[in-house]
Amino acid sequence: MDTIRLNYILHLADNALILGHRNSEWCGHGPVLEQDIAISNIALDGLGQARNFYQSAATIAGNGATEDSLAYLRDVIDFKNCLLAEVPNGDWAQTILRQFFFSAYQYLLYTKLQQSNDGQLAAIAEKSLKEVSYHLRWSSEWVIRLGDGTEESRTRIGNALEFLWPYTGELCLPAGYELDAASNGYGVDVSSLQSDWHQRVSSVLEEATLAVPETGWMQSGGKQGRHTEHLGYILAEMQYLQRAYPGAEW
Amino acid sequence: MSTGLENINTLNTQDDLKKQVYQILETVLDPEVPVLSVVDLGIIRDVQILAPPSGGGGGWGVEVFVTPTYSGCPAIDIINVHIRMALLQHGFKEIRITQLLSPAWTTDWISEAGREKLKAYGIAPPHYRQSVCTPEAFQAEEAIQCPLCQSYNTRLVSQFGSTACKALYQCNDCKEPFDYFKCH
Repeated sequence: MDTIRLNYILHLADNALILGHRNSEWCGHGPVLEQDIAISNIALDGLGQARNFYQSAATIAGNGATEDSLAYLRDVIDFKNCLLAEVPNGDWAQTILRQFFFSAYQYLLYTKLQQSNDGQLAAIAEKSLKEVSYHLRWSSEWVIRLGDGTEESRTRIGNALEFLWPYTGELCLPAGYELDAASNGYGVDVSSLQSDWHQRVSSVLEEATLAVPETGWMQSGGKQGRHTEHLGYILAEMQYLQRAYPGAEW
Repeated sequence: MSTGLENINTLNTQDDLKKQVYQILETVLDPEVPVLSVVDLGIIRDVQILAPPSGGGGGWGVEVFVTPTYSGCPAIDIINVHIRMALLQHGFKEIRITQLLSPAWTTDWISEAGREKLKAYGIAPPHYRQSVCTPEAFQAEEAIQCPLCQSYNTRLVSQFGSTACKALYQCNDCKEPFDYFKCH
């Protein structure tokens, strides 16, 4: 079994699943109906992308693994998503800014992953990129609207910026399996995305009249399975049914 | 689901069978936009006829190559079930449904007939590719025609609508809100 390739694909899948799950928590709770629908659509895209990656990972994992067993029967320490994906939704501003940081990263990542020598990864990237373009546009517009909006909205997105910024460093800090994946031609060296990511994020923050934070100490560890206390709660809710009633279908 | 189509056992060549498969697939509708068939939608990428296994006892089989519209489209699984049922009902024995992700589906593949059906159903059909989404914020919108009063004086309410493939618009003239099958 190609463990490095499996870890790399699981990392991509876990990012999409966990962020998708977080966004789905807004379903029925959005600030207005249209935006409730928007964030739910974005959640659905994430789950769809995760399914495609998990299906691909399952063929490598063998041993009877399926997309469902990979999503529902692994523990916190097995998950390889970035910490940014699992932080709580907070208010609308925090959710928006998290989505914007992530979409800017996924947009650059999937653009390059289209060149992967793993045909399935290239195909998933090509498909996902079209969806992420919508997410990036939508979240950029919201960051600008909130930052350059009322005193209240500006305070909220400013707080979100302060809270989330230390989680952004991990996005472009490659794990060992990412470096191996890149050198074998099927993955992307995310450190090569850093300057483009910073540039896109800075231009939107500036348009939102928000100061770009200094790059200080950054959180990391999610890609290696060292997570915040929040992931366990997500998995407990998400995996409960399959854990309590193995193989349940409806 | 009686379609009045010939029984496949009376057809001889693989070409005839392939045509027949497409006719059968024309009767399989998108559950979320039930005026469009899967063929209209452009998600059927290819059809391969599988010869009956030698030694007799089997029948014609078929492999259908399907691409999803959006990665997370919840209709994918049900569409595959409907395709399988329709083909079984017409006498095909072995049915394989293979998912193709690349090239990625685009609304350019929606047939002209499909565009007319969408409009008659009250959904503005997608423009061709030049207006595909770019990530730049607040990009200029192309004028979308109101499917009810035909006015181009319309506005985007939300890029995300009742299903992944649609955006929400409102007509500034007749005031009616409507769905736009967004360019993808």
